[in-house]
Amino acid sequence: MQFDPFIIPFNIGLYFIVIYAVVRSVMWFRDLSRQDKLRLQRGFFGRSFGRSIREIFMESLIHRKILKADLRLGYMHMSLAFGWFLLILFGTLEADIFGSSHLNPPYKSIFFKFFNPDHGRTGLEAAWSFWMDLILAFILSGLILAVIKRLTPKVVGMKKTTKLRPLDRVALTSLWLIFPSRLLAESFTSGAYGTGSFLTGSLGSWLASFLPANEMAYPFWWLYSLSLGTFFVLLPLTRYMHIPTELFLIFARNSGIRTGDKAGAFTEMQAYSCSSCGLCIDACQLNFSAGITNIQSAYLMKGIRNRESVTDITFNCLMCGRCDQKCPVGIELTPVRMIQRRSGEPVPPEKGIIRKYFPGKPEYRTDTTTARPSYNFLPSPAAGQAEVLYFAGCMTHLAPSIRNSMVKILDASGVRYKFIDEDGGVCCGRPLMLAGQDKEARELINYNSQLIRRSGAKKLVTSCPICYKIFRESYYLDIEVVHHSQYIKYLIEEGLIRLSFLRKRVVYHTPCDLGRGSGVYEEPKKVLKHVAQLLKTEFEDENSLCCGGSLGNMKISQRQKQSIASDAAAALTKDDPDILATSCPLCKKTLAAATTTKVSDIAELVAEAIVLPGIPGIKSGRLAQKKEPVSL
Amino acid sequence: MEKFGFTLLKARFIDYDANDRSIAEFIYSKEPSFRVCIECGCCAATCTTGKYTRFSLRELNILMKRGENSLVRNKIRECMLCGKCTLVCPRGVNTRNVIALAREAYRKEQDNAV
Repeated sequence: MQFDPFIIPFNIGLYFIVIYAVVRSVMWFRDLSRQDKLRLQRGFFGRSFGRSIREIFMESLIHRKILKADLRLGYMHMSLAFGWFLLILFGTLEADIFGSSHLNPPYKSIFFKFFNPDHGRTGLEAAWSFWMDLILAFILSGLILAVIKRLTPKVVGMKKTTKLRPLDRVALTSLWLIFPSRLLAESFTSGAYGTGSFLTGSLGSWLASFLPANEMAYPFWWLYSLSLGTFFVLLPLTRYMHIPTELFLIFARNSGIRTGDKAGAFTEMQAYSCSSCGLCIDACQLNFSAGITNIQSAYLMKGIRNRESVTDITFNCLMCGRCDQKCPVGIELTPVRMIQRRSGEPVPPEKGIIRKYFPGKPEYRTDTTTARPSYNFLPSPAAGQAEVLYFAGCMTHLAPSIRNSMVKILDASGVRYKFIDEDGGVCCGRPLMLAGQDKEARELINYNSQLIRRSGAKKLVTSCPICYKIFRESYYLDIEVVHHSQYIKYLIEEGLIRLSFLRKRVVYHTPCDLGRGSGVYEEPKKVLKHVAQLLKTEFEDENSLCCGGSLGNMKISQRQKQSIASDAAAALTKDDPDILATSCPLCKKTLAAATTTKVSDIAELVAEAIVLPGIPGIKSGRLAQKKEPVSL
Repeated sequence: MEKFGFTLLKARFIDYDANDRSIAEFIYSKEPSFRVCIECGCCAATCTTGKYTRFSLRELNILMKRGENSLVRNKIRECMLCGKCTLVCPRGVNTRNVIALAREAYRKEQDNAV
């Protein structure tokens, strides 16, 4: 039995973290809903299991998504994760093949060099040592990048890096110490025995030339073991908890569990899976256009993990979803934020070390407001019968040219439709939902649902992506909901409207709620290609910018909104197009105030290009019947 | 005598000592732009709720600033937070946040937390 007291810290740490990970996984599993439990059980078999294993390899070890985002940052993460994995894998094999016995306890392979200092002299052993040194060099190169990143984030292509808590710093230091102390411990031992390969061997013989290598090695083996042990024990309290949690999360996600709209074990797992890599900070427009750097999703996740009050963070967000697209772990950041908005301020948790390791379910102050409805002044909903309903939405009423264009298009198409909020209607409810006031939002949803149901319509066309998103997601209606860009595309393809070509160069700005929020990217562009020449921008589809006017943000000032809008407008109009097209009344209004380029909604462009049927000169439809304003 | 709806006004004054301006102070501290409101009434003119019932954010702002909370307390819940007022505000007041904060303040007031 090979044994030395220095392995004790490492062993304590290792067994602690293994037991902790198992207990925590069981607790999370217990907190899942019944359906999710079944999903997860099924997820361990069949195709989704293979998908999970593949994803764990590609994302948790290779860090493919970070590599795609930035090569240097990806290399840093990959060298530490994949390198450490290789070191453990080949270390275990090494101990198994060359050690005195098979199936060794973990410490034998981790401290193999200490127990087998003579190893590495003959052919295969030397080759193996070379390979192990190569892996260690790979990790150390990443570590050097990590140290530099802490000092100057720009080196690895990041503008900002996450700020750390004191405990995170201790864990970070112990993580950073692991590999240099291994290098020195192995080098001293190699130096004393004249073994080791290109890294440990040459460093060891150089050190041994002026230092007593045999005596120096022992303290460094202690340091190596201590830093490993410290890191493992602190891991559950710090952001490094993402390492074990992410594996669990990948299995849960691949078996079909989603965030949904209630807080629960899955939300908790997502919060613990965040590694605070900081990619969301770089993606956030509040960071690079408005100079707000303390509210990004990494900080939200940290706040949820530590059971801090995150109210100021949750509401200071455009809800544009850019960070969702960038997150290398694939956390559903915006839905988690939405849940936090809904649940209100958390009750501060009990203090104590056990609570820190095993925080219970977060508790929220229960709402004491009476169940009295807020909107009982609304008249009973009444709508005429129609096949197609047109719901302009509040914001469209503030941009009447869009409304008039839609009326013109619908009239020209000859579709039997009903304009349900012609003189202004009830809000769709999403603004209330974004403000975390779900109960009030439900009242408006019920009102509008009744209105729509009574009309007996089959299709609902809306001009506002904000309305579109909530109609699709939170209204339980047996009706097809389409955004006007989709409907116009349908009208064009069915030949119900005929268009002339406007000789204009157009760029398209994807509204957040329509694009990332609802996945409608192609239809508006197809419509635009019918009427004008569509130019590409740097910010297409998933990478599109937010105009800054978002109703999602309750906190930022008018000036900050304007600076986001002007940055976005400047980026979009780089190639000097004739028209900046969008398909959201709110985007239109916000961008129009921030640029000299003409900003138009898709509906306006189509209405301009429309060729009216029948005898030219005689206009048909409601628009022609409208009275001209009387000039005094 | 025929009633035309005209009467003599009762003597009326704002008693700032008796009024409770803590709600307004709470909003000022969290949303400074509330201070720059000039009570022009653009918000009330464009209001979605205002189409269905008597609801004027301008009026509520004035009352909150005076510390006359009794009317505002229930009235403020009728807002739909649609955000049109924020868009039309010539002074750039973040009206949505003002209303959200006012609701929060009145809720906390009920729990004696402000």
